[in-house]
Amino acid sequence: MSMADDTVIEIRDLVTRFGDAVIHNGVNLSVRRGEILALAGGSGCGKTTLLREIIQLQRPASGQIRVLGQDVLDLSEAKAQALRRRTGVMFQHGALFSALTVAENVGAPLREYTRLSDTLIDEIAALKIALVGLPSESGAKYPSEISGGMRKRAALARAIALDPELIFLDEPTSGLDPQSADGIDDLVLRLKELLGLTIIVVTHDLDTLWRGVDRVAVLGEGKVIGLGSMAELSSDAHPAVREYFQGPRGRAARAQA
Amino acid sequence: MTRTPTTSETTPATFEQDAARGVLTCAGTWTIDGIAVLEPTLSKLAVPKQSHWQLDGSGLAMLDTAGAWLLHRTCERLRQSGATVELRGLRAEHAALLALIDAQDNVTVRIAPRASLLERIGRGSVSGVLQIIAFLAFVGESVTALFYSVRHPRRIRGREILRNLQLAGFDALPIAGLLSFLMGVVIAYQGATQLARYGANIFIADLVGLSILRELAPLMTAIIIAGRSGSAYAAQIGTMMVTEEVDALRTIGIAPMDLLVLPKLLALMLALPLLTVYSDIMGVFGGMVIAKTQLGVGFNDFLERFADAVSLSSYLVGIGKAPVFAALIALVGCFQGFQVGGSADSVGRQTTLSVVQGIFLVIVADAAFSVAFSKLGL
Repeated sequence: MSMADDTVIEIRDLVTRFGDAVIHNGVNLSVRRGEILALAGGSGCGKTTLLREIIQLQRPASGQIRVLGQDVLDLSEAKAQALRRRTGVMFQHGALFSALTVAENVGAPLREYTRLSDTLIDEIAALKIALVGLPSESGAKYPSEISGGMRKRAALARAIALDPELIFLDEPTSGLDPQSADGIDDLVLRLKELLGLTIIVVTHDLDTLWRGVDRVAVLGEGKVIGLGSMAELSSDAHPAVREYFQGPRGRAARAQA
Repeated sequence: MTRTPTTSETTPATFEQDAARGVLTCAGTWTIDGIAVLEPTLSKLAVPKQSHWQLDGSGLAMLDTAGAWLLHRTCERLRQSGATVELRGLRAEHAALLALIDAQDNVTVRIAPRASLLERIGRGSVSGVLQIIAFLAFVGESVTALFYSVRHPRRIRGREILRNLQLAGFDALPIAGLLSFLMGVVIAYQGATQLARYGANIFIADLVGLSILRELAPLMTAIIIAGRSGSAYAAQIGTMMVTEEVDALRTIGIAPMDLLVLPKLLALMLALPLLTVYSDIMGVFGGMVIAKTQLGVGFNDFLERFADAVSLSSYLVGIGKAPVFAALIALVGCFQGFQVGGSADSVGRQTTLSVVQGIFLVIVADAAFSVAFSKLGL
């Protein structure tokens, strides 16, 4: 592996097109082990698309993506599967399996990938449910029976079921009340510290950006137009970046932080 | 299964007890992959009764939440048997993780309660009755909306009706025609051997004409449409329920009845009789082809006999049933669509139900028609 040990994701010259529309035009980005990196930028700038390309749900037109030392655009099915085993994804709307209870949802990756007994899997699922701050009763409920905020927590519990090294969160706090959003932020920070996770988070939430994130990559014009800590980016020279962070909401979030 | 190469291959998770010194030693890779070998022994772990244990974790190479949980569970069991457990030698990050697990005081496995047989029968019966009542209410609502539309013709959505006519009617022409043609072929073939034995070749026109026009064409076409359009209605409305589009329509002030149900109902009640006429023609044509090739009855002879044998009332009886079948199919399809609740699973279930119930009701109605027509002497 040519990659330095502390780089878990490396993206080079990534180009993505949907028909004639160019979404990414030469994105370069690397993510270090153990950091929380946020992908930010205006709507439609290709944040979620970039995320989907990293987790092998979509293929770019050209470029290179290396995740945990593997070139994801050129992987055998077995290797791709092994890589998926080491990553966890929390989708924007939870994407819980509606035919399974919350506990079964959390246990699903465990049942698929490990040889542990059903009892232990049920216990680990209950533990993850407790870790994300859900009451234990919600384990027996179906996704349609719990609130949106609880569904996000359940989705996070499923994402961390296998103790992955890398976690991808797509808009983890969108659609949540401020308290629940803070709760998710705290939880992510605590898990990162205790489990040594690397976390890539797509977010619009400026509060999340100010509180937990180590570095922010701002996407725009098909490229990464700003990369650095929040404090650095706030005084960035690029007008689009400045605009993003120095609007009234950006200033309010900063004042609170 | 492929596993990531972790250190579990080099240092497996181990757990040893030294009763004499009162020391338990855990070492190796206590991760989700590593503990699988250890779990069976730890689940039925028998330790000698002892008041104090020391748990030495200095040999732990890796610990994740699954391993920490197993360690935590083992300690808890020892404590429950009356012993005190003292941890020592843990690395700082492992101790922190274990402390996090220890702090979770609400880890209880909950399983969705499973109903007993009697309860399920009871629930099934009640929901069956409620479904029937709900369906009758839906039919009533549709008829009310229909009358309201007749009095306020501007509320009728012509464009939507035309679109549905195309989808449910015109687009179904190839499949309905092909199946009816084959049906005619089958009937004629079956009859041909019997009729030839008595030299009654010409009566093939009676056989094909009456059976196709009165029964088979309306019934077959209705069944095809129930499978094709009834399911589409249920799936479309069901998905709109899941994505809250139906609620959005209500808040904008568009009655879902007006936009989603009435155009489908009216279009299908118009399309199905027309499709039935087309099926009549194709079915009889199938019979004619076989009459000519197998029985030597030419097209002209066939049609001459056909005009004598098949009365206008037989044709009208067949066509007359079609709008009733169409109403049943459209109403059941839309009704099941609105019954969808929340999940992708539910869309599939209600779509299946719409087809099964649609075909069932069409056949029941056909039987009722047969009885009624024979009483009336038609």
